[in-house]
Amino acid sequence: MYKAKVYVTLKEGILDPQGAIIGKALDSLGYKNVGNVRVGKFIQLELEGTDKSKLNKQVDEMSHRLLSNPVIESYTFELGEE
Amino acid sequence: MRFGIVVFPGSNCEQDCYYAAHLIGEQVSYIWHHETNLNGYDCIILPGGFSYGDYLRTGAVAKFSPVMDALVTFAEKGGLVIGICNGFQILLESGLLPGAMLRNKGLKFICKYVNVKVENTSTPFTTKTLRGEVLRIPIAHNEGNYYAEAGVLEDMNKNGQIILRYCDPHGDVTEEWNPNGSIENIAGITNKEGNVLGLMPHPERAMEEILGSEDGRKIFESIVSATSK
Repeated sequence: MYKAKVYVTLKEGILDPQGAIIGKALDSLGYKNVGNVRVGKFIQLELEGTDKSKLNKQVDEMSHRLLSNPVIESYTFELGEE
Repeated sequence: MRFGIVVFPGSNCEQDCYYAAHLIGEQVSYIWHHETNLNGYDCIILPGGFSYGDYLRTGAVAKFSPVMDALVTFAEKGGLVIGICNGFQILLESGLLPGAMLRNKGLKFICKYVNVKVENTSTPFTTKTLRGEVLRIPIAHNEGNYYAEAGVLEDMNKNGQIILRYCDPHGDVTEEWNPNGSIENIAGITNKEGNVLGLMPHPERAMEEILGSEDGRKIFESIVSATSK
């Protein structure tokens, strides 16, 4: 059994009002060294299969087709054996 | 003519659209999202709501509903498609319209009347409006902050695809009157061919003066006029 961890974030240059608010809140709590804050999504998938390179390709395809919207988001993922 | 209204799990404006079509004396029926036959319809409406609970992203799951393949074919053949609010979001996710929707700049769900300026009166959705006319139509959304890359925007401007922009009551397009932060105050766009419209305001909620505005009628009546030619 493999497990994929997919991270989806807004692309650079796209305004992230949620991240901006969190940044301000952290600043008001006294954490003055916090720079730009970006909020994203973390999606965890369990996958059946043994061929890691095939699974790698599949996760990439799924991330592109559904898990992210390529117009505004980018993604990275980790694939590991459980 | 006949309107068809696609109903996804979580749609909630289909009855308003049905009422609007009925009000102007046209035939109308609901289309469950599992259907794949769109023969006999002149205009398909993707209504507002929260299809699939807005899970993952607005419209992200609805784009894989069985009806969507048929809708793409319907649009390719020149059929009229109008996506309102969540329907607009679905059209973006499915690639029938360019760009994507982000969360409102103020992070709040906004439900109020807005003014939108008609930028192009030669589309099948706007022939009953005047160029520069200001329509008063309500919005109700959390993700209406439209975004497209600079190159895409440039093409859309060149092709006259930007149909509606948020403006003040006199038609001045200003940042102050942009409710959600959408790029270039965009409230509604069409595809390049002009037969697919997506818009955030709800014309079906602005059909009678007694309810605040009947400016939405102009969009519905334009569609009727375009399909009866």
